[in-house]
Amino acid sequence: MAVDTQTVEKLAELARIAISTETIEEVSTRLGDVLQLVDQLQAVSTEGVAPMAHPLDEEQVLRADEVSEPNRREEFLQLAPQSEEGLYLVPKVID
Amino acid sequence: MEWEIVIGLEVHVQLATKSKLFSGASTQFGAAPNTQACAIDLAMPGTLPVPNEEAFRFAAMFGLAMNAEIGRRSVFERKNYFYPDLPKGYQTTQLAEPIVGPGEIEIHLEDGSSKTVRLHHAHLEEDAGKSLHEDFHGMSGIDLNRAGTPLIEIVSEPDMRSAAEAVAYLKKIHSIVTYLGISDGDMSQGSMRCDANVSVRLKGEEKLGTRTELKNINSFRFVERAIKVEAERQIDILEDGGSIVQETRLYDADKNETRSMRSKEVANDYRYFPCPDLLPVVLTDDYVEKLRTELPELPDAKAARFRDEYKLSAYDADLLTQERASADYFETAAKKSGEAKLAANWMTGELAALLNREELSIEQSPVSAEQLAGLILRIKDNTISSKIAKQVFDAMAKGEGDADQVIEKRGLKQVSDTGAIEKMVDDVIAANAAQVENYRSADEAKRPKMMGFFVGQIMKASKGQGNPQLINKILKEKLDALL
Repeated sequence: MAVDTQTVEKLAELARIAISTETIEEVSTRLGDVLQLVDQLQAVSTEGVAPMAHPLDEEQVLRADEVSEPNRREEFLQLAPQSEEGLYLVPKVID
Repeated sequence: MEWEIVIGLEVHVQLATKSKLFSGASTQFGAAPNTQACAIDLAMPGTLPVPNEEAFRFAAMFGLAMNAEIGRRSVFERKNYFYPDLPKGYQTTQLAEPIVGPGEIEIHLEDGSSKTVRLHHAHLEEDAGKSLHEDFHGMSGIDLNRAGTPLIEIVSEPDMRSAAEAVAYLKKIHSIVTYLGISDGDMSQGSMRCDANVSVRLKGEEKLGTRTELKNINSFRFVERAIKVEAERQIDILEDGGSIVQETRLYDADKNETRSMRSKEVANDYRYFPCPDLLPVVLTDDYVEKLRTELPELPDAKAARFRDEYKLSAYDADLLTQERASADYFETAAKKSGEAKLAANWMTGELAALLNREELSIEQSPVSAEQLAGLILRIKDNTISSKIAKQVFDAMAKGEGDADQVIEKRGLKQVSDTGAIEKMVDDVIAANAAQVENYRSADEAKRPKMMGFFVGQIMKASKGQGNPQLINKILKEKLDALL
């Protein structure tokens, strides 16, 4: 399946990835190549085969409802470029 | 033209687990910012989610209470979008195989009618953090304590036809989740939040109109107002020959209007895919059946029992069972006093007025169920009249003690002493010769009504403490003797 440059632009916007106009053709071609593999997979008849949600045919193990994580705020805040009053600071985003 | 409003609701309910959906961080409300956000909640590289079994138990309990099919196999997916309070860049949620399938509930309207609303499905997902936009010199502050808190999103079919029906549905959901004890249901703290899909169409039209989605309405009152104002907006546009744009709108409670949230439209493509970090969660038939037997008595069943066991009216039974705490209060007061109907009347009358005035919940009531029962017992044995009982109630509300203490301390015991009442009757008759004369010359049919004047005077003389039955009896005898 071919991917046009408009689709690439839209996906880039949704994924917050900057793609320059010079590389957009190349990205389209490469994405198209990947999707050719998907086309091949989709050509296989899966009639009567239940879709899997995960490559491992296993069940999820659950954990008991217990608080096990200590407060490590100060360590985590150190990793952020900016913080104040215990909050992570980010460029203002508002609706 | 007659318009019909069509409403579907998406209700988010925070589950009352101790820890988060995928991490062992605490979910306690009100902690200092980011003290309950661990490496998993912060999406640190290399972390993996491990689901909380209690969240599944709660979600399945909810499904059973909604008469819904429980997904024996439920699968998590990633809903991809960027926002600073969502560190992973996706919300882990369910789409194709949710934990709760289609179901239905009955809602009760104020006019006494009922209606069935269908549940489309309910799924488990994680909550996002909070963004604070003020006071950070042009930046936003992010608190991730709430990130990863388990939610169930409850999606109804578009079965509601008025704002009042939407409120009744929301109240029913609130009542079910609090009865089950799976959420505190506190809308003011965001434990329960509501989005409403609203459209209008001409009455009789089959096709649904174009809908708008109203986001994050955070009180029962606002749900009603937001839906009304949005439906009016849509009707105005259509009547002017315009058309509705499908979009997300925000309700502004201060201005009582809705406005477009254009930013939501650009990114409304979430590119869902199954979460590779999580395997399908399987619930066995035995597990689900065991849960079913453990469900507490739910509001409808309780209301039916109250009608049957305590002979309450359908209206009172619905009102008193809406909240589990008021149902418990009622049962205690009814059992201890042996007067269910009086207990119900006091609760829907004086007690409801008191709680409303003081803005208190029934759990915070200054008059306990035991105290109310004590008061009712004194009405029952004629120690006090219903009128005096109101004074006693107010005194109990002010913390003056139990009914017996208040009656004793304030000397409110009803006067049932025949001699004392006879004297008061004689005094009133002597002091009101003109009215006595009127009484004598009046038609016999008019006399019972005219007695009211004398009863009032005698009650006044007794400071409201005279036994009304006795006063009536003695007064009638004495007046009739004068004829």
